[in-house]
Amino acid sequence: MILRLAIGSLGARALTVAMTVLAIALSVALFLGVEKVRTGAKASFADTISGTDLIVGARSGSVQLLLYSVFRIGSATNNVTWESYQDIAAQPEVNWIVPISLGDSHRQFRVMGTTVAFFERYKYRQGRSLSVADGALMADLFDTVIGADVATSLGYSIGDPIVVAHGIASFSKHKDQPFRVSGILEKTGTPVDRTVMVSLEAIEAIHVDWQNGAQMPGQSTPAYTIRQMELTPKAITAALIGVESPLQTFALQRAINEYPEEPLLAVLPGVALQELWAIVGVAETALLGVSAMVVVTALIGMMATIFSSLNERRREMAIFRATGARPITIMGLLVLEAALTAAVGALLGVLFLYLGLTIAQPVIDRAFGLWLPIEAPNMRELWVLLGVVAAGAIVSMVPAFRAYRLSLADGMTVRT
Amino acid sequence: MSLICGTVQADSGNVRVAGTDLSSLSRGQRDRFRAEQIGMIFQQFNLLPFGSVLDNILLPLRFAPTRRARVSNGRTEAHEICNALGLPDLLAAKAATLSVGQQQRVAVARAMIGRPPIIIADEPTSALDATSQSAFLDLLFTQVQAHGTTLLMVSHDPRLGERFDRVIAMEEIALIERQAA
Repeated sequence: MILRLAIGSLGARALTVAMTVLAIALSVALFLGVEKVRTGAKASFADTISGTDLIVGARSGSVQLLLYSVFRIGSATNNVTWESYQDIAAQPEVNWIVPISLGDSHRQFRVMGTTVAFFERYKYRQGRSLSVADGALMADLFDTVIGADVATSLGYSIGDPIVVAHGIASFSKHKDQPFRVSGILEKTGTPVDRTVMVSLEAIEAIHVDWQNGAQMPGQSTPAYTIRQMELTPKAITAALIGVESPLQTFALQRAINEYPEEPLLAVLPGVALQELWAIVGVAETALLGVSAMVVVTALIGMMATIFSSLNERRREMAIFRATGARPITIMGLLVLEAALTAAVGALLGVLFLYLGLTIAQPVIDRAFGLWLPIEAPNMRELWVLLGVVAAGAIVSMVPAFRAYRLSLADGMTVRT
Repeated sequence: MSLICGTVQADSGNVRVAGTDLSSLSRGQRDRFRAEQIGMIFQQFNLLPFGSVLDNILLPLRFAPTRRARVSNGRTEAHEICNALGLPDLLAAKAATLSVGQQQRVAVARAMIGRPPIIIADEPTSALDATSQSAFLDLLFTQVQAHGTTLLMVSHDPRLGERFDRVIAMEEIALIERQAA
């Protein structure tokens, strides 16, 4: 009956209670939403590259190697010679190896020279493969395959010509050898979306007339002559490696790190990603902190509402007192009401979250390549909800204690 | 009145209600004593407006196990009392929807339930007009006599005094207090 009366009392103040519930619901939805985005972003981030056991590059830091080879951020300090690459490829532990050559750009996007094997070996989001949305993989020397973001932001379609610039943010262009868009990839949410991919030979081809980073004046080898040339690269930037058996990963990593001919570095992508996340993740934690503050604000709002309702409820408390209720019972009644309000708010918040997720999930996946799974609340989220209800009850103890004192002083007669 | 109900304690002297010295009880015990021994009727605003009539009538039983034990079936009991008080079947209605006269009678039903030995009424008729006043008092007296309950009533209206066994004017109490001091 006490519960029924508590609900009845809340119902009597439906409008203010509804506002409080709404505030709590929105804040809870925000908090859980940020949490979802955070874990989703972390998972998406960790899934940027999967299926690759080792990344090899010139010796630098593991995060740096990951940044330029996978995320196309920054540049390599040095190259890996073609001889070293072939040496590593010949190791018995190596199942497959895909070379990557970076350093040129098209507009704001990086150009990556690689082999067709890249499209087969590069995996993201738990083993998904790249797939061609339009056109085909490069067949000709001057063919390019572009990522989804490149296609949409530059408005390219199949057959469009592309001129590659030397270096990054450079004005010297490889005008003599225009490329042609042969394929556009599906959106992946990985840095591949923002990459122009050409064959390894093409990278050599556009640098035929270049020496020491500058075009030799007056020299321009026609495209047909280039096609006749031997276009084996002299160096690559990095390589992705898959091993025969996962057990051999560490042995191969050590072998590469101790490679005598050249200072090289092999990193496990998962470990390097974690290192990188430790840096990036701080911002996410800050975001979570802010949304936690929003929840606290909503609860304090509820406390204020209870406080302001106390005066009009003194008569109600006097009736309870007259029928023999102890002041502590009245206090308990208020805390119960607050806990109920917080619980309804929390549940409604969860409802908002799932509603929002259902609507936003495909949009977010398309726009940011961020996959937010819709699944039953996990333990952590259930604890958060429980925490909100508990915090609501605790916060309400402040006005409830005032009610306790008021009802002690008032007794059965309301002195106003 | 607050002294008798035990929400206030006397600075000096003893208050004995139904043979119990209230000053010897703790605060919690006094609350329990009030719940068990006393049915309370206010001037007005007797009911929780958001509760049903039934919930309002049964409210004291929540805090008084002995009174609760005397009521085998709350709903039937409440129904009987309401019948005796001439209330139509309103048990499920929200208290706020009742007229003032009806609310006062529900308050009587609440005070009567579980048959507490004492009923204290604080000017229960002041919100009613003259005709309803005497009808209300008739009902109250019938109930009190039927159950052998003590009725302690505070009123500004000296005419009502004729109907009571004992009448104490507040001026007399004030006089006694002054002499004692």
